[in-house]
Amino acid sequence: MKLFKLRGGVHPVGRKELAAERAIRQFPVPERLFVPLQQHVGAPAQPLVKVGDRVLKGQLIGASQGNISAPVHAPTSGRIAAIGDYTAAHPSGLTAPTITIESDGDDAWLDVDMPSDPFALSPEEISIRVGAAGIVGLGGATFPSAVKLNLSRKNNVRTLIINGGECEPYITCDDRLMRERASEIIEGVRLIRYAAGASEVMVGIEENKPAALSAMQAAAAGTEVKVMAVPAMYPMGWDKQMIRALTGREVPADGRSADIGVLVHNVATAFAVRDAIRFGRPLVSRLLTVSGGAVAEPANLMVPIGTLVEELFRYCGGFSSQPARMVLGGPMMGIELSTAAVPVVKGSSGVLALTRSEIGSTQPAPCIRCSSCVRACPVGLLPLEMVAHIRAGNSAAAVAHGLKDCIACGCCSFVCPSHIPLVHYFNFAKGELMELERGKLKQEATKKLVDERIARTQRIERERQEAAAQRKAAREAKERATKQAAAQTISEAA
Amino acid sequence: MLIALTSLTVLGAILGFILGVAARVFRVEGNPLVAELEEILPGSQCGQCGFPGCAGAAQALAGGLAPVTLCPPGGRAVVMALAARLGVDADVSGVQDTLPMLAEVNEALCIGCTRCFKVCPTDAILGAAQQIHAVFREACTACGKCEAVCPTESVKLQPVPVTLHGWYWHKPQPVAAA
Amino acid sequence: MMSEYLLIMLSTALVNNVVLVKFLGLCPFMGISKKMDTALSMGLATTFVITFTTAGSWLLEHWLLMPLGIQYLRILTYILVIAAVVQFTEMVIRKVSPPLYQVLGIYLPLITTNCAVLGLPLLNVQEKSNFTVSLIGGFGSSVGFTLVLVLFAGMRERIALASVSQTFAGAPIAFITAGMLALAFMGFAGLVPH
Repeated sequence: MKLFKLRGGVHPVGRKELAAERAIRQFPVPERLFVPLQQHVGAPAQPLVKVGDRVLKGQLIGASQGNISAPVHAPTSGRIAAIGDYTAAHPSGLTAPTITIESDGDDAWLDVDMPSDPFALSPEEISIRVGAAGIVGLGGATFPSAVKLNLSRKNNVRTLIINGGECEPYITCDDRLMRERASEIIEGVRLIRYAAGASEVMVGIEENKPAALSAMQAAAAGTEVKVMAVPAMYPMGWDKQMIRALTGREVPADGRSADIGVLVHNVATAFAVRDAIRFGRPLVSRLLTVSGGAVAEPANLMVPIGTLVEELFRYCGGFSSQPARMVLGGPMMGIELSTAAVPVVKGSSGVLALTRSEIGSTQPAPCIRCSSCVRACPVGLLPLEMVAHIRAGNSAAAVAHGLKDCIACGCCSFVCPSHIPLVHYFNFAKGELMELERGKLKQEATKKLVDERIARTQRIERERQEAAAQRKAAREAKERATKQAAAQTISEAA
Repeated sequence: MLIALTSLTVLGAILGFILGVAARVFRVEGNPLVAELEEILPGSQCGQCGFPGCAGAAQALAGGLAPVTLCPPGGRAVVMALAARLGVDADVSGVQDTLPMLAEVNEALCIGCTRCFKVCPTDAILGAAQQIHAVFREACTACGKCEAVCPTESVKLQPVPVTLHGWYWHKPQPVAAA
Repeated sequence: MMSEYLLIMLSTALVNNVVLVKFLGLCPFMGISKKMDTALSMGLATTFVITFTTAGSWLLEHWLLMPLGIQYLRILTYILVIAAVVQFTEMVIRKVSPPLYQVLGIYLPLITTNCAVLGLPLLNVQEKSNFTVSLIGGFGSSVGFTLVLVLFAGMRERIALASVSQTFAGAPIAFITAGMLALAFMGFAGLVPH
């Protein structure tokens, strides 16, 4: 099948050889796990346990709140040690509500109901189970998967695309998963196709992963799933880029892929869906890559959610040299960590410890208007113009240039010969605009409150006046009656 | 001399007459701008701007007697909306410097006097007589009316702590032109 | 005849540009050129007023001042007429076309203080132009004013995005740009055969 032309993109040095040949290993359950209540896009989960409670592996400890949310499950059996704030996997280094679990070492699963034939379930039932298992987009977007499935059925999605792009340098977990668990992934893919009601399924795998490609093709043989190679480039793993490569269609600005009848899921999500549906196991662990020049023995580990990053580094033989930077996720879009005492969350695809030589120079210089960023931008924006507007303090003008469509992939910052932190500017402007938007919403809400209060005080005042007028009228009527009665008695007496 | 005097006087009188007639013929009732500006303002009538309520502030703004940055509870969103409506450049940086504040009840000092929630323009304070009061943070506009009436200094405006929800990247240091 | 009028238009709009060659109306040129859309509004309002005042002042000059021999009152009477025209225009626009008033609103009173509005009628008197030439000259000059204002606003919008060193940031770089723009407009002098 023919592939379609792509826009923008860059070709960073892969550095995947560090961990690509390391087989998946199970990470032993650590003593303590720190499970944040918000590991997904949407409303945070509501804790369902108390300090001191005993929980089993896979037990629901945080319930989803609202339409777009996901529940959180205990990654191992043990005791709830604390419910409170703990450093979050976030560039700010601020804290977030987190449930701390002390492991009892048994790692005992909760008893679950296993359907004998998953395909006998209705598509709606599969969506419900996927939602209850707390599955979110494991490619990094962490959008609740069940919401996507429901949306797809509602929009009559025709095409399901499974994203095996994994374009971030260093990260090899999806590659290993596809090599070692191909048949499980294919089963998950078929379950997603069934739940979403799609007629066509394509798996896109970057051509720099030939082993994964052949393993998946072998596993998919005889099924409706088509496995295809796509060019290796960054950001191939961006869902809209993958859609473009495989279908030639472009998702409109401000739109979702469902708008053009396409649903995209990551290979790791497909694997998690299969676990959830076939074995009733919620998402309590994920495969991630521990890599980077400063890590002694890079590895691909199946890690319980809530494991601290520092324990992963320790397990991988510590540091071979002092790391200059620690990153959660990939080097292009990951989060720079100020401390390694941060828990792994559902969206973490990798943990990197990079040496100084791997980071390179970051001393920014003035923009020379070379427009390299324009050529690199996969969305087709003008990053240099947007930065100029943001620097001049006019974020609204940057929005007119398409700031809201920026996916913060980092291609522009990567190619910039002046090392201008373009994505940093965009993140700042997006945050500033969000704050303004929040302020505006709050203002509208409080304005309504003010109006209601004014209406209420006026009503009370009116009612009081009416009551006073009524009392006065009643009193006067009474007086008149007594006067009349008196007059009558007088006249009768006369 | 006489010619100059009379001609100028006559000219002035004629022009004045024309303008006077025009002012009557082309009279416009009210100023639609004031209503529009009042719509933008928070409407909590807190009086922090120094004008009698939001209607007074809107009138002052329309007359150019007040800067667009006059409204502390409105924050930057209101400043920018006003500036856009009036077609002026707003110095938003000055507004940003005042940290976002919210009222907070110190429960150790609250005596349940109900004064604060009676003055709250947005019904953001919950309470009853002899009960400790509490503030709905979502509804508080930090107008400071409660702080002014509290007899025990229990209600105070406190800076809002930065949380994950509200945090965003700082602005990068601009590159100096070489 | 037609070509003569066309030449007058061209001459007043480009060759003898009111702002960049005659240096009239510099305050709105520097003051209201930060944004393109406000510059355009200001330009349109000024065009409107200048065209009317050149006509009004010509009539005043030839029907009142010259017959009575009181040309020494010229500036005084012109200012009177300009102020009245501006006021009148404002009132009419406000009543007749509220949307246009919204756009021009705050700029209309500013025009009273625009020296180009007074300068152009005075120049017309000096050159002893007839009524039609005065009118076309006035219109051409105000079109030139609008053109330059919009051009300059566009430049300043771009300059606002550039990283200008602190010494030159703000007004200094704007003045330098204005100077360069004036130099560029000197090139139009080559259009006229001497």
